[in-house]
Amino acid sequence: MASSQKILTNLKKLVEQSPADQTEALLMTEDSSLTRFTPASVHQHVAERNQTVILRVVLGKKVAVVTTNLLSPSSLRTALDKAVSLARSLPPNPDFRSLPQARPIPEVNTFFESIRRLTPGKKIKAIQEIMGLVKEKRASVSGAFSHGTVEVAVLNSLGVEAFQQYSDFSLHLIAQNDHSSGYASFVSRDPDRLEIESLARSAVSKISMERPVEISPGEYEVILEPDAAHEFLSFMGFLGFHALAVQEGRSFLGNHFGEKLLDERVTIYDDGLDPHGLQVPFDFEGVPKQKVLFFDKGVARNVTYDSLTAGREKKESTGHALTPPNTEGPIPVNLFMEGGHSSLEGMIRSIRRGIYVTRFHYTNVVEPMKAVITGMTRDGTFWIEDGEVRNPVKNLRFTESILKALSRVKAISRERKICTSGAVYGRRFVTGTVAPALQIDGFYFSGVSSL
Amino acid sequence: MKGLTHHLLDLAKVRKATYADIRIVHRQMEEISVKNGKVDAVNQNEDQGFGVRVLFQGVWGFAASSIINKAEMEKTLARAWRIAQVSSRVKEKDVLFSRQAAIMENYRTPASIDPFSISPDRIIDLLLESEKILRRNPKVKVSEAFMGAYKTEKTFASTEGSFIEQEIVECGAGISATAIEGSEVQVRSYPNSFRGNFATRGYEWIEGLKIKDHAERIAEEAVQLLSAKPCPSGTTTLILEGSQLALQVHESIGHPIELDRILGTEASYAGTSFLSLDKVGKFPYASEVVNVTADATIPGGLGTFGFDDEGIRAQRVPILSHGVLSNVLTSRETAPLLKKESNGTMRADGWNRIPLIRMTNINLEPGEWTLEGMIADTDEGLFLSTNRSWSIDDKRINFQFGTEIGWEIKKGKLGDMVKNPTYTGITPQFWNSCDAVANRDYWLLWGTPNCGKGEPGQVAHVGHGTAPARFRNVRVGLMK
Repeated sequence: MASSQKILTNLKKLVEQSPADQTEALLMTEDSSLTRFTPASVHQHVAERNQTVILRVVLGKKVAVVTTNLLSPSSLRTALDKAVSLARSLPPNPDFRSLPQARPIPEVNTFFESIRRLTPGKKIKAIQEIMGLVKEKRASVSGAFSHGTVEVAVLNSLGVEAFQQYSDFSLHLIAQNDHSSGYASFVSRDPDRLEIESLARSAVSKISMERPVEISPGEYEVILEPDAAHEFLSFMGFLGFHALAVQEGRSFLGNHFGEKLLDERVTIYDDGLDPHGLQVPFDFEGVPKQKVLFFDKGVARNVTYDSLTAGREKKESTGHALTPPNTEGPIPVNLFMEGGHSSLEGMIRSIRRGIYVTRFHYTNVVEPMKAVITGMTRDGTFWIEDGEVRNPVKNLRFTESILKALSRVKAISRERKICTSGAVYGRRFVTGTVAPALQIDGFYFSGVSSL
Repeated sequence: MKGLTHHLLDLAKVRKATYADIRIVHRQMEEISVKNGKVDAVNQNEDQGFGVRVLFQGVWGFAASSIINKAEMEKTLARAWRIAQVSSRVKEKDVLFSRQAAIMENYRTPASIDPFSISPDRIIDLLLESEKILRRNPKVKVSEAFMGAYKTEKTFASTEGSFIEQEIVECGAGISATAIEGSEVQVRSYPNSFRGNFATRGYEWIEGLKIKDHAERIAEEAVQLLSAKPCPSGTTTLILEGSQLALQVHESIGHPIELDRILGTEASYAGTSFLSLDKVGKFPYASEVVNVTADATIPGGLGTFGFDDEGIRAQRVPILSHGVLSNVLTSRETAPLLKKESNGTMRADGWNRIPLIRMTNINLEPGEWTLEGMIADTDEGLFLSTNRSWSIDDKRINFQFGTEIGWEIKKGKLGDMVKNPTYTGITPQFWNSCDAVANRDYWLLWGTPNCGKGEPGQVAHVGHGTAPARFRNVRVGLMK
């Protein structure tokens, strides 16, 4: 496989020699592995190497994109010619202003050498350790252990030259017995931060010997662990935190900037440079990431932009472009909710009757302008009574407006956790949300999972 | 290719692999979307690589690379072999893999017009003309049209001597109108949401969709929805139109019958199934009027192919026979547990993913009714069309769907339009409440191009043939 430096040299030449008015080359490389296991075996253990180039060419206001993983100099030339020919045949897009100009990229360490030490043998050893720990508690475990090295480079004919190497590592476990299951997860750029024992114990702590009871749908006070709260943030990011949704009139932030929509305890932002998250210093146009505040103590403030959406409003990109051609908008990928002042134990103690939720499953949008979503609880759902977590309950379906839920926040935990959305589809680029635990009043469960 | 694959498989045998296969995949894609009178995106994508699967010391190893040459293949095989070797330290028993006689054949999607032979500007003209009609109504604030074409050439070779070459062509198109008034946002799509309807056919499929002809109606309905009354809450009779029923089948029949889910190998991500092996052959999954087949041979189905990614020929298999679970989707590793042969459902998303059990075309077979007759026979209920929202639990029991549009049924007639329709149910209860399925005149094949499964994630293109059907005592109107 050609080295990334060699490919970059070829790409630089290509961009310089391109006949287009403007040209951009985005290189993404991946060397990754995933080890998946059930209680019985390591049943899917895979590895992959890939290198992809995305060429975006501009002729006037005509923009075309060609993607290829055939990266010899002649193949790249063919791809460029294809892109130019394609652009020539298109009508102009009047919204297009320009590819971005170069801006200084902050230096951030996003690669840890320890990732290279994660050999198949080391991962198997870790899985054996996990299985042993879980077995002690008379339970079994399934999970997936994924790690990768990703390189991202952006070059354009206006002088943008950005390169970053990333390491990412994630492990999630589902411990189970005949009646219940419990979930725990870890994600980081540094595999040395993983504490296997602590993670295994966290998953096992959700297991009960009691059969889960069925409770009726209705409104309840809830504790949402960070992996559940993270779903709220992700959906808000997708539905309403970006300029395309606002410009098209379909963002719940819409005409409400400056209004208090959420509880004043709630502050939500995106920050690619915050070291508490999975840092990403620049976007896929090579624009440095800026911190963007969506909700400041409950008040709606700003949204994210890429060069196209910024151009429409004669603003500057905030560094939130996704890979071209992006029709979804500049969706934020480094979301944070500020922590609060409470301990998780204190939050539980304050609840007379409520439900403890570890995480949600298969969440989806029901009504976007009110940010109503639905989903199921999973892997650790419990009844809380008189300040104590009691027995497990059968999984519940919720159908609730995120805005309403976050306007009924009673407490937010001090501690936060990096959460990730799970399976990597397509090109690998792992991002994370940093979320606290939330205590919310009047949360609506619309159904129960019960045969 | 033959020389390269044979060399690699010989090396696998030298390394004492029980079995090995290699898939070399070359994919082309063209996607064009227009929005609000402008070209939103034009993307042409070419991607190739190979993946090697090795069964050694009773477990699997898999490795993949984008560089197709002898040296890289040898390195990748060594990586896959090493993965299997270390993984064998964690197993309760060896993988049992059924034997298969060598197959040396080709398969090509029968496509009359190669979609890649159509110039992009001709496609853009069609999309812009269709989208322009949507925008005539001033309350339509976002008007979109989309076309996608996909060609996959794959070579499969195994240590059993199989050598299969396939070329699968797919394409699809669709339009959607988003009407906005204040904080009210409503969407209508044709022929389906998820950007359109897709099939294993050539450009003749897109011509047949006639997206332009439906644009005015779609825009009109989106605007009408702005002032329509909300879906009522309660328990009622539901008639589901074909495209929504396709997703209902997908989520609450297609996924639960994947044998790998039933056995727990997807537990770490998408979950398991409420089904178990002992239910095959006897479980009353649905009512007597419900017959479902898994058919990888049906012409044009998005889940149609010649051979799966284990070299098993495409098949048509009954799944629900008069409501009773008669089969599940299997592979060469899992089918022996039922004392059966694989029914050929293993497919991988590209060269860099392992094959998993995936739906093919999971079809609700046509019944006896006309849609008009079904409505006339319904005293009170709702007729819902075109999916907007979907969610189901990790055992595939509790589901909730939302559709773009609905109409009340009162005394056998379609009445007022309703907006934001939602309904929920428990899978076997829901399917056992089905008491009518429309006949072949109303039966259509729907392509679901975005079925997600596996870690790392894989997207499968699957199909569902459906005709409208009626369900009793369904809870509707779930929003507070």
